[in-house]
Amino acid sequence: MTSPSLVSGDTPKKIESRIPWLIRLSIAWLILMIVTALAADVLAPYSYKTQDLVARFKPPSWLGGNEKYFLGTDQLGRDILSRTIYAIRTSILIAIAGTAIGAMIGTTIGFIAARMRGWVDQTLMMLVDAQAAMPAIFLALGFLAFFGNNLFLFILMVSLDGWERYARLVRGLVVSEMTSEYIRAVEALGSKAPRIIFQHILPNIAASLVVQASLNFPGTILLETSLSFLGLGVQPPGTSLGLMLGEGRRYLLNAWWIAVIPGLVILLTTLSMSLFGDWLRDRLDPTLESRR
Amino acid sequence: MIRFLLIRLVRALVTLFICVTAVFLLLRVSGDPAAILLPPETPPAVRAEISRSWGLDRPLIEQFGLYLKAISQGSLGYSFTDNRPAVDVVVESLPKTFLLGSFALTFALLLGLPLGIIAALRHNTSIDRGVMALAVFGYSVPIFFLAILLILLFALSLRILPSAGSATWAHLVMPVLTLGLPLAGRIARFTRTSALEVLGKPFIRTARAKGVRRLGVILWHAAPNAAVPLLMYLGIEIGAILAGAAVTETVFAWPGLGRLLVESVAVRDLPVVQAAILVSTFIMVVSNLTFDIFHAVLDPRVGAREWSAS
Repeated sequence: MTSPSLVSGDTPKKIESRIPWLIRLSIAWLILMIVTALAADVLAPYSYKTQDLVARFKPPSWLGGNEKYFLGTDQLGRDILSRTIYAIRTSILIAIAGTAIGAMIGTTIGFIAARMRGWVDQTLMMLVDAQAAMPAIFLALGFLAFFGNNLFLFILMVSLDGWERYARLVRGLVVSEMTSEYIRAVEALGSKAPRIIFQHILPNIAASLVVQASLNFPGTILLETSLSFLGLGVQPPGTSLGLMLGEGRRYLLNAWWIAVIPGLVILLTTLSMSLFGDWLRDRLDPTLESRR
Repeated sequence: MIRFLLIRLVRALVTLFICVTAVFLLLRVSGDPAAILLPPETPPAVRAEISRSWGLDRPLIEQFGLYLKAISQGSLGYSFTDNRPAVDVVVESLPKTFLLGSFALTFALLLGLPLGIIAALRHNTSIDRGVMALAVFGYSVPIFFLAILLILLFALSLRILPSAGSATWAHLVMPVLTLGLPLAGRIARFTRTSALEVLGKPFIRTARAKGVRRLGVILWHAAPNAAVPLLMYLGIEIGAILAGAAVTETVFAWPGLGRLLVESVAVRDLPVVQAAILVSTFIMVVSNLTFDIFHAVLDPRVGAREWSAS
């Protein structure tokens, strides 16, 4: 391995270090979504509940609708733009909370399995296998049926999507970290387990965790919006992107915009997050396997 | 290989056992099972009698034994809505889901496999990038949104397909597209990765060096080797198909397992929910096991690897 191979290895790297325009667009869209979620009260021209029964089923203003309603109105004359903004807040916040909780549960289980090994490890990994064999939406539906619906439980349900992937990933990473030289050195110096975990191992596997979280996020959004779409998630008068789509489904024939606008928002968000996640994985953690 | 299959069988049974236990515990945690699983208008005397026959006055572990026995006999209570055995209601919905799922899978394979192979052969060209774009779309598009776009196009604009029901073959087209298109994207992506990996292997170079034609290399040397991981991947996708069926069937009023589950959850017909979840877990576990067996038969290294690993 002499200079020629180094040179040829350097050139593509320089090109890679520039962020592709598609990824820039994705990041821009995601930032827009987060800002919208945080500043929904300021951005929305109307409340998501305000009804204008005279102006029902108005198409977007740029398609010949009412000047007051940029994205049109729904079956109760509610402003689609305002409802979409508030729905973005609900859906994004639930997805972020769900992703965070799922990551924490999975990471903790992964750490425990890797630290304890033996039968604890075996049992936890059997649980992971069982979850992997079962689509998260089925489990969530079961929970909702048995316990009824409330927001706290619903967020917990949404977090079920993918905890087993974090657990498996973290277990593998921690097991391999534990055998590395530096951990043995730290152990020899007398560090206790919590210190080793939080000060040494966690920072080293953080990049992989971030990548996994970004790859999981679209699935979490899809789980929330699917359940809400089916009428089993966020309940009226609350609003979520999935719920708007589910309600708008009934009026497709004469008011397609009620369903299509929130649908586009979901699509662009999951698409951006997938592209961003893939890119992040290639940048931060080329060792992580392709998700599907 | 026998040992490998035995290990897999035991693991499948353990998974089933965990799921059954989870459902059992869920029922107990969420309240009095008799109150949950019996219709609200049941007379108190009947309720007490049934409670006793389920052993609800006995210790938890004994209840669990009775529960397992009931499940093994296929008795999971009666549907609240039409008073028929919950298992019968669920089993009746299976053929429709099977029909939809198998058509969607076939469609996805017919579309995804060639696309994935072409993308791998034309690596880093615009064809490759086009296929990858389709794949990203495939796992990003919400199934329910795709369904609505298809309804807008085929049922409301072009007026060539019915948007709900299951009376004719035409009713099958949109549900199959809804379930199959995203799956095709994912299969294309996986096939591409798998094919690229195999095409880089030394034995492919050897085959080329021996003078085997390009098509021969692809068909006889690359394809069988790339097929093995793909088969395993399809085993995983069965779960995604079932999950997607819940939404697809509900949108298109297709009377299968997914729609049954969603509707039962909505009206809290808990015996049917329980039966539907247990039956779908059973399907998933059995199909995973089947794919494992295929895998072991097709790739003799699998058994050996498991042997040396354990």
